[in-house]
Order: sequence, then C-alpha cells, then structure tokens
Amino acid sequence: MTGSQLIVNGAPRICEAAPDTPLLWVLRDELGVTSVKYGCGEGLCGACTVHLDGEPVRSCTMTLADAAGRSITTVEGLAATGHPLVAAWVAEQTSQCGYCQPGQIMTAAALLARNPHPSDEQIVTAMSDNLCRCGTYHRIRRAVRRAADGQEQR
Amino acid sequence: MSGAGLTRRSFLQVVGAGGAGLLMAIYLPHRLLADPSDTGGENTAFTPSVFLRIDPDGTVTVVTGRCELGQGAHTAMAMLIAEELEADWSRVRVEQAPAHPTLYGSMTTGGSSSVRGGWNRLRQAGAAAREMLIAAAAATWGLPASECRAEQGWVIHTGGRRLGYGDLAAAAAKQPLPSDPPLKAARDFRLIGHGAPRLDMEAKANGSAKFGLDVRRPGQLTAAVARCPVFGGKAKSWNEAAARAVPGVRAVFSVPSGVAVVADSTWAALQGREALAVVWDEGAEAALDGAEIARRFAALAEQEGKTARDDGDFATAFAGAARRLEAVYEQPYLAHAALEPGNCTAHVTRDGVEIWAPTQGPQWAQSAAAEAAGVPIEKVLLHTTWSGGAFGRRLMPDFVVEAVEVAKHVTGPVQVVWTRADDLAHDFHRPASHHRLAAGLDGDGRLIAWRHRIVSQSIGAQHFGQGAYDDEPDAVDGAKQWPYQVPNVRVEHVLATLPVPIGWWRSVYNTQNAFVNECFLDECAAAAGVDPLAWRLGLLPAGDRLRGVLERAASAAGWGGPVPAGRARGLAAHACFGSFVAHVAEVSLSGSGGIVVHRLTCAVDCGVAVDPGGIRAQVDGSVALALSAVLFGEITLEKGRVRQRNYDDYPVLTNDRMPEIDVHIIANGDPVGGIGEPPLPPVAPAVANALFALTGRRVRRLPIRPADLRG
Ligand code: FES
Ligand code: FES
Repeated sequence: MTGSQLIVNGAPRICEAAPDTPLLWVLRDELGVTSVKYGCGEGLCGACTVHLDGEPVRSCTMTLADAAGRSITTVEGLAATGHPLVAAWVAEQTSQCGYCQPGQIMTAAALLARNPHPSDEQIVTAMSDNLCRCGTYHRIRRAVRRAADGQEQR
Repeated sequence: MSGAGLTRRSFLQVVGAGGAGLLMAIYLPHRLLADPSDTGGENTAFTPSVFLRIDPDGTVTVVTGRCELGQGAHTAMAMLIAEELEADWSRVRVEQAPAHPTLYGSMTTGGSSSVRGGWNRLRQAGAAAREMLIAAAAATWGLPASECRAEQGWVIHTGGRRLGYGDLAAAAAKQPLPSDPPLKAARDFRLIGHGAPRLDMEAKANGSAKFGLDVRRPGQLTAAVARCPVFGGKAKSWNEAAARAVPGVRAVFSVPSGVAVVADSTWAALQGREALAVVWDEGAEAALDGAEIARRFAALAEQEGKTARDDGDFATAFAGAARRLEAVYEQPYLAHAALEPGNCTAHVTRDGVEIWAPTQGPQWAQSAAAEAAGVPIEKVLLHTTWSGGAFGRRLMPDFVVEAVEVAKHVTGPVQVVWTRADDLAHDFHRPASHHRLAAGLDGDGRLIAWRHRIVSQSIGAQHFGQGAYDDEPDAVDGAKQWPYQVPNVRVEHVLATLPVPIGWWRSVYNTQNAFVNECFLDECAAAAGVDPLAWRLGLLPAGDRLRGVLERAASAAGWGGPVPAGRARGLAAHACFGSFVAHVAEVSLSGSGGIVVHRLTCAVDCGVAVDPGGIRAQVDGSVALALSAVLFGEITLEKGRVRQRNYDDYPVLTNDRMPEIDVHIIANGDPVGGIGEPPLPPVAPAVANALFALTGRRVRRLPIRPADLRG
C-alpha cells in the first residue's frame, strides 16, 4: 500500500490512512500525536490547531491528502525547540483542565510569528476563535503578552 | 474546629511502607453537593481517603481518589499537607488512585468539597508526619527533638546538622503517631494564602498531558455508538452490511444504548456509524418539544407545591399587602459542553474489566461497570484519567457502562468515542425550570411577604427514585436558604416528570434559583424606589457574611458613583457550598443591540483563601460558564430530540467577550468554603439587574435575547 508522507515536528512519517481521512484523526490515531485535540470536528473550537508549513490550520477540517508532503508542527514541536510561549503558559499558570491549551498555544504561536509585537487588542482578536470552556481567557492573554514582551527584550 | 467528632488517632494511621519509607493514611469526611451547614461526616470506622507517602529519595507523594478536572483540586490538597509537612514543593507530586469502593473514602469530586473536606485533616496529617520525621532525626542524632526543626524537606538541628526526609522516612514510620501535633499559625504559612505552582502546568503546556481520549492501549480498537436521538427510543433496524463495507470497520452489534460500530480508527468507526442509517422506534415522547414542556410547566405552576420552607403566614401577609408584585421566570436546559467530549476505554477479559475513564465519580462508575460486566466489583480496575472539563457531567456513569457493554463484544481494549453532537444530544442537562414569584410590600415600602414556587424536574427523583425526592427536594437548593430577613416566606416545589435526562451542572440548582431570587428582589427594590444595595443591606443582619461580600463588591466597583456614559451597573449575591459571593456587573449595549459585559467586580468570602491564584481561576471559570448561559446557552427540544449539535448552535463564551474581572477575597479565618461553584450563581442576576438599570426592561428568562431589551 502506498502511504502519504507527512513531516511531523521535523520527522518524516508515512501514513496508511485513506487520503480523505481528516488530518486530526491521522495525527491522533495513526501517528499517536495526542496533543492535537478533538473538540468539535467542524472547525469551531480550535482545539485541533496545528501549523501546516507554518500556517495555523484546523486539522479536523483538512484531509490527509491536503497535508500530504507538507510539514506539520504541533505543540510538542514548539516545546522541543523551547518556544517562549510554552514557558509563558507555565509562568502564568494558564491551564485549568488544559484540554484546549495545545490549540491555544498553536494559535498564539502563529500570531507571534506574523506579528511579534501585538497590541493587547490584537492578542484578544487573534485568540477569540479558540474556545476554552474553563474560562482561562485572561491568563491566555497574559501568557501571550509575556511571551511577546520576552521576545522584545532579546 | 475539626468538626467531625473524630479523634486524631482515628483518622490518621501509619501503614508503613515495607520498611522503605513512610506511608500514612488519612480519613476525610465525605461530602457531595453538601449543604453549607454540614460540618462533615459522622463516620467512626477508619476508612482512609488520602495516602501520604515519603519515599527514600525524598519524593513526597499524595495519593488521592479525588479527580483532577481542571479545578486544581490535586494541587490544593497537596498544598495543605505540604504546608505543615514543611515539604520542598518541588519534590511534591500527586498520584491518582484507581477506583476502590472504600480504600480512598469518597472519590466523588463535586460539591466544591475537596479542600473543604481536607482543610483540617490534611494539615494535621502533614503536621503529624513532620513531627515523626523530627523525632526520627533526633533519635538518630541522640539529641533532643526540641532542638530540631523541619524546613523545606530537611530536619535541621540548631547545631547545624541536617537530614533529608528521604533518609528519615523509614525511621519516622517507626515513631509513635503524635497525638496532637502543633499546627502552624496562619502568619507562618508559606504556601496557604500564597499559592504554589500547580503540579499539572508543564504537562498541560508541552503537549504531554493525557486525557481520557488520549488513552492508547496495545491493540486498542475504536467504537462509535448510534444512540436514539429521541429519549427513550430504541433501534429498530439498521444496515449492518453498509457499515461493514466501510474500510477499517471490524464489527457491528447492538448494545443497550444503541448500535455499536467497532473499527481500527476513529474515522472508520464514525463513517461506519453513518452508514448504519438506523431506523428508530422513537417511543412515546417523539412529539415532545419546548412549547409542550412550557405548557406542562405552566399547568403545574397552578398547583401549590411541596413546601420546602414556610415562615410566618405568607398568604395572609400577601393578601393584606399594600403593594403586590408577581412574576414568572423561565430558564432552559443547559449542556455541560466540556471541551473533551465523552469517551471511555474498556477491556473485558476472562479475569475482569480494566477501564480508563475521564470521570468525576469513579466509584459509581466502578460499581455500574461491575454490574454491566456481571463481575464482582473487585474485578473492575478503573483508572481515572484527567478530564478535559467536567462541570458535573462526568459524575454520571453512563459512558463507562456503555464502554463496558461494547467491550464485552470485543477481544482487547476498545475506546468508545463520542462526537460533539453525541455529547450535546446525550448529556444529562441542567434542568429547565419555571418559577412563580410573589412578594408583598407594606404601606412603608417594606418587604413583608415572599413566595417562590419552582416547577422543575428533580435530579434525585430521576436517578434515585421518588423516595430520594420526597426525603429532600433537591430542586429548592439555593431557594429555601433565601437569606433575607422577611417575616413571611414560602418556598415550594412542584415536581415535573419528563424524559429529558438531567444531572448536576456546576453549582446545580443554585444557578436557577439565585437568578430568580436576586432578580425578583431587585424588582421589589425598584417597586419600593430603593437602591438595590441599600435594599439588600436593609434585609441582612449586621455581621452577616453575605452582607460583607455585598459591601465589599459594591465599594470596589464604586457603587453609587459615576458610571461611564452608556453603561449601567447591577449587583447580586448568593451563598452556597459554604462560601459567599457578590458580583457587580457593568454593562452596555453595542451599536447593534448586543449585550456587552465590560466588567465584573467580585467579592468572595470563602473563609480561608488556600490558594488565591486558584480562587481567581475558579472565578474566571465560573464567570465564563455563567455568561455563556446568560448570552447564548439553551438546549431546546424538537420532535423529542435535542436540536443543538455543535458549538455553532450551542455557543460558549469566546475570549473577546470575557469581561474584566476584579476579584476581592475576604478570608477572615471562618470555616473554609468551596470555590469551584459559588462564584457562578450570582453572575446571571448581576448582569440582568444591570441591564434593567440600563434599559428599564426586566429580563425574566435566559438566555437574554437583545429583543427582550427593546421596548
Ligand atoms: S476539533 Fe477542530 S476546530 Fe474543533
Ligand atoms: S483549560 Fe479547559 S477548556 Fe481550556
């Protein structure tokens, strides 16, 4: 069987799933990348957010075929490279249940990649498509702010 | 203040640790959905709840059956022990115990009870272990214990010698259990009142946190179950061949809750389920809808209800009142909609059942699983995973039972996955309610009569039978304890029986009843022409803790002072689960008429502030859940089924609509109260009262629709 290739956090992986399988389930079920969360399956909650060639996407609304041959980054990938958001998330004690947070961090990382010095308003706008049922929104804002300010100082 | 009449010896026991360390068992009182006046369990038998273990490497482990749902219970419980133990916080960890009928006391995590129940005993356990470690060091050195102290995981002699807890643990286990170890004075606390880094933060930021849906066992299969969308219906026929034709589908069979499709992957299971095209026998309630429920509630509201409280003589006082007010309030069903949908992994073998479940009621789940599998309870090994939110939904054992029913047909472990639509359609919803209010003012404008008649389903009656309801009508919680001093008060409940599954939703019946209490009281104040704060203070005795939070929130919010143009303020207060909370909401309407909540000023009196950061987080969480209900939350029925199927038609609060939240904590050393739920109930009435102040329109149903505010 010919598989599709994905590059996940820098490592090439071959996937056997049918090409129309949502990327979310390929990552979770076949590749065991469980930080990519299922919350709605329809692009509504942001829990499944990953970066595809550096761009934030909702892996539940994208198929394996869409992603084939391309490069995917998940929060494990950010953590492995010491991304300041991961430390900022801990410093602000952001999580409650934590389920939404990998998706929140991936959305925040995409924001900082395209706008390293966001205003408070830009942070709120960028983070408003990721749901958190536990209401950690203020700490999410503060953690993004902290990471952005830390980058400024470097 | 230990409150439960137990001697220290009977709730602490050194179990030993095979000579390699110290293991201590601690009994805690059991409280679920407790009444604020409940001071703890009466148990005299020794049934431990928490274990404290100190390993030779110095690691301090707290083993608990209580569940980590995001509320920080594990960290807070560990803090209470570590404070008195003088532990090094960086060496403290928490281990989730598997379900056991008795070994860990009540594992049920609800009722804002984990810290309340543990406040005294967890500290006393830490203190006892500390004294034993000191005694062990003193004996090793041949020096008096009075010259030794404990600090950050070390016992230190005034002469400078020191020994680590790990080295002392085995010897400490042989020391006698001190009968009355001294507890620290509050001014000496290093953790309590200051907070400590949560123990689960790194895992939840770097992607390594594992939830129920992340369980991966060797050879695991995935299942999706087609359940009848109409409550009480069952599957009549389905296209098994079509489901089996989906690549990856392994098996199709019926289970008590519907038709299961087992597959190699989640996607295959979901597609297989789709292909089943089940034909349902929809049963007797296939026509039920919101209008019909409203009709049934309104008819029931004509009856006098079961009396929950009857002070003075309401009927006479109301009949003779100079001014009479009456109103109807209505609230919908609400889903929990935790971000992690339902799921459970089960493996049935010849020897028993192993289960991995994101539950907040491990023991109920375990006993129900044993029944479903037809095995004795000892044969069910249930691992509680972290939950991606819970809010009361995961107290119910249904999703665990269903996974066992599926696993009975499967060789090897199988994970039953719920979609978001499954989660909304088959929740145990916050009960809908209909409230009839009546109040009388005398000639001087004083409130002299108050009646609150509630029509709703009872969670107790639905799940534990009519007897449970007859003993204690749960639906009046938060209404019968109405705190204002009025001579004639009646609180009644009329039981509605409907097939809609209902359950506990963060703060339970306090949500509905606080909304009604505090909005109708505002109506009375307006009728009397009195400021809402002054009106409430006039009805509360001096020194009352509810009065305290009202005054604090009002002064912090600048109540009575200038309000930014186009905005208005409203307030509300409520007590439950041993804590007292008041909110002042500041609101406006956007250009398009949408409701904007700018700010909530919140005063919380929870007796002792164990972890101020944790309290703030719980206020944030309560506000987000409550505002979701105020602005959008509504589960509606059509043709006997839930209409909502995802976050687009059951929206929850987003980051841009989260108000500024200013929290003021009152901690006077009163008995420690809960914090997971008490901040929630007063949010909705504070917002509705602010909208009244802004628009002059009284909102009597939730969610608030912009149209309700237009003339
Ligand atoms: S699971 Fe993909 S957006 Fe919700
Ligand atoms: S932390 Fe629980 S959903 Fe965001």
